[in-house]
Amino acid sequence: MIRLRLEKRPPLPDWAKAAIPLAAVAATLLLAAAPILAAGGNLWRSYYYLFYGALGSRVNLLESCVKASPLIFTGLGVAFAFRARFWNIGAEGQLMAGAIVAGWLGIALPIPSRLLHLAVIIGAAFLAGGLWAAIPAWLKFRLRVDDVVTTLLFNYIMMHVMGALLFGPLQQPDSSWPQSPEIRATAQYPVLVARSRFHLGIPLALVAAGLVWLIHRKTVLGYESRAVGANPVAAHFGGVPTSSVLLKTAVLSGGLAAMAGVGEVCAVQHHLLMDLSPGYGYSGIVVAMLGNLHPAGVVLAALFFSAVSVGSQTMSRMTGVPSYISEVIQGLALVVMLVALLLTEYRVRVRRGAGTGGGHG
Amino acid sequence: MNTDPTPLIEMRGITKRFLGVPANRGVDFRLEPGEICALLGENGAGKTTLMNILFGYYACDEGEIRIGGERVNLSSPRAAVRRGVRMIHQHFALVPSLSVLENVAVGQEDHRLGFLDWKAARKRLLELERRFGMTLDPDAKVWTLSVGEQQKVEILKALYRECRVLIMDEPTAVLVPSEVRELFAMLRTFAAQGNGVVFISHKLHEVMDISDRIVVLRNGEVTAEKQTRDTNARELAGLMVGRDWPARKERSPRAPGRPALEIVGLSATNDKGLPAVRNLDLAVREGEVLGLAGVSGNGQRELAEVLFGVRKPTAGSVRIGGAPTRPGSPTAVIAAGAARIPEDRIATGLMMDLSIAENLILENRRSAEFRRRGLLDHGRIREHAGRLIGQFGIKAAGPSTAAKSLSGGNLQKVILARELSAGPRLIVAAQPTRGLDVGAAEFIRGRMLEECGRGAAILLISEDLDEILSVSDRVAVMYEGRVVGIRAVNEITREQIGLWMSGVVP
Repeated sequence: MIRLRLEKRPPLPDWAKAAIPLAAVAATLLLAAAPILAAGGNLWRSYYYLFYGALGSRVNLLESCVKASPLIFTGLGVAFAFRARFWNIGAEGQLMAGAIVAGWLGIALPIPSRLLHLAVIIGAAFLAGGLWAAIPAWLKFRLRVDDVVTTLLFNYIMMHVMGALLFGPLQQPDSSWPQSPEIRATAQYPVLVARSRFHLGIPLALVAAGLVWLIHRKTVLGYESRAVGANPVAAHFGGVPTSSVLLKTAVLSGGLAAMAGVGEVCAVQHHLLMDLSPGYGYSGIVVAMLGNLHPAGVVLAALFFSAVSVGSQTMSRMTGVPSYISEVIQGLALVVMLVALLLTEYRVRVRRGAGTGGGHG
Repeated sequence: MNTDPTPLIEMRGITKRFLGVPANRGVDFRLEPGEICALLGENGAGKTTLMNILFGYYACDEGEIRIGGERVNLSSPRAAVRRGVRMIHQHFALVPSLSVLENVAVGQEDHRLGFLDWKAARKRLLELERRFGMTLDPDAKVWTLSVGEQQKVEILKALYRECRVLIMDEPTAVLVPSEVRELFAMLRTFAAQGNGVVFISHKLHEVMDISDRIVVLRNGEVTAEKQTRDTNARELAGLMVGRDWPARKERSPRAPGRPALEIVGLSATNDKGLPAVRNLDLAVREGEVLGLAGVSGNGQRELAEVLFGVRKPTAGSVRIGGAPTRPGSPTAVIAAGAARIPEDRIATGLMMDLSIAENLILENRRSAEFRRRGLLDHGRIREHAGRLIGQFGIKAAGPSTAAKSLSGGNLQKVILARELSAGPRLIVAAQPTRGLDVGAAEFIRGRMLEECGRGAAILLISEDLDEILSVSDRVAVMYEGRVVGIRAVNEITREQIGLWMSGVVP
């Protein structure tokens, strides 16, 4: 009998830790070769058009950035929560909460100044997403309700809230489609590059990544949040107010995810509508893991995801390989990254034959 | 009833080492039919290791085991059960959501084609209950039962499997007195039918009450074997703790000052909500080391947690430096000037994924010393860590190294450095040297005594009697949540401490 066992390994040097996500991406593309070949694609042509479609022209490159923006926000939100061991699977719902508030205020508030209107929308939407994440956090430390379950199920609540609003008060009056009227011009993100969709939300996402880094590294709240994540018992022992830290972490996490919804409403769609997000909240979890819960990693992972997703369209047109392959690649990336992270802490030992004597202990 | 001449159990020359450290050295042990034999010894004397070997949980390095005269090689607890030996641990192995009957019958080999004959099983269970004077409802879910009743289910599992040897590890620790009486009656009935019981305990009066014969272990060796009727508690206490005095750590004598820690009427419950600390009074003065000895599980952990500020007492008060502290608040205890060495350095003491420098600022993270323009100043945080790493001789690549890369001794030094860096007036240390090598342990004790020389009060909670005797000015003993004895170290004998630890209070 051959048995595989995991053993703890000594900590890796820093360069190896940095190399791991890159190795994971390489391994992912290697593994993705199998489904591409199975779909009858030529490997080199497929990968060429995948990358050309994502980065090869000005339009494609800018479009990849547009797609990356919501992923950076949800990825940051998830990473911030996961660092504190608040298992926020609810970025999708928090995104929708932000989108609802952005749509509503974008239609309802007659503010002549674009700067002021956007500031109000961003502030209110951030808060809405934050509160939507704070409820599961409160349930977690007050009633010990499992946060994975609550944050996940809260997504469905918010989805139906949104549906009720879009078939009700927020529905465009002359339409039977679940879609709101267009938001006011003052509520629309400015487009920053002519003849493209490259909008304010992209630099905002990068600023947010910088802020997350700053909070984690340079503020007492960030320190406490990481301390709670590393060992809640030790943090409490050291006088960290764990409940309030968890609550603040949840608000920031949910607020970041909500910003993805604001971008989709205020920049991409200009309406609130049901199919606003193709699962950016869920992809954000994968992005956060792939980025090793580090803000810079999240930005890179989000760019990788959006590039694959945008590029797969071109690949599909040119080679006939279905564009769904991008989702296969994203799924593979998560699995590979999780295995890679496991291997940074453990090594696999192969043992032959059943052990003698007390096998477990 | 003693008709069977071969012993139920014979263990010869059992030696077991953990990482080269012997836990059992050439131990001989036997159990006759109809006999209740007590295994007596301090924490770490090797009792549980020996029984875990007999139960097939560990393989011994040397020696042989005979069960009913036949030499056996037990590879797992399952193999031991098949040979009729069952160990009942302090933590039960029951499925709470299943019924008594299901817990007892499942896992048996008597099912046909994977189907259990529930009717026969129920009949058999009720028959066993009748024989041993139990009245458990076979359909009661285990989670609804009291701890004492759950223990009965464990025993029923053994009886159902026709075990002939029961190993009971500290069975009375979780029981109320009436349940203890029932348990003893049950064990006597069991033994009287030609079976055997090994009874592991620290409680001398119980050992004297239930056993026929007593085997005393110390430092992994059998130091005495007595017929119960030929001995007494005083003699056993002496055999259990030994007579040698460890070398005293020299330090300049100092007149103790004002009380730094005053505990009055303190009560607290454990995690299960049962009373663990009962109306306890204790005071430690500046410049004094008070050693609190006791067998583990007598409320020391809960007392330490109350003093650390992480457990709320149910009654009583704690004053540090003369001022009352807010109960259940780590921040209040830290602010009062107490240094705290927790029992479990990895689970409670440190954040293993954070750096040494980050671990060291846990308690003074808000201090102006580490901030510039409102933000954390990592330059100064690292400098602070570098200083402490030097002062406490922490072996690490640097202040930014993750705590998880350090060895046990160095982890403890990080905690010590964090706790002592503010110049505390009181140190509460729970098992501060457990699991450390001799060098690290000496360093930690020496460093604490230095603080004591500076005027700090030390409450040293330890299961290591040698440690307590080598550094304490006064020794107190905790038993069942109370301080049962307290005396200056030069006016006490080991035997007296052993008696107190075993619950024999003159």
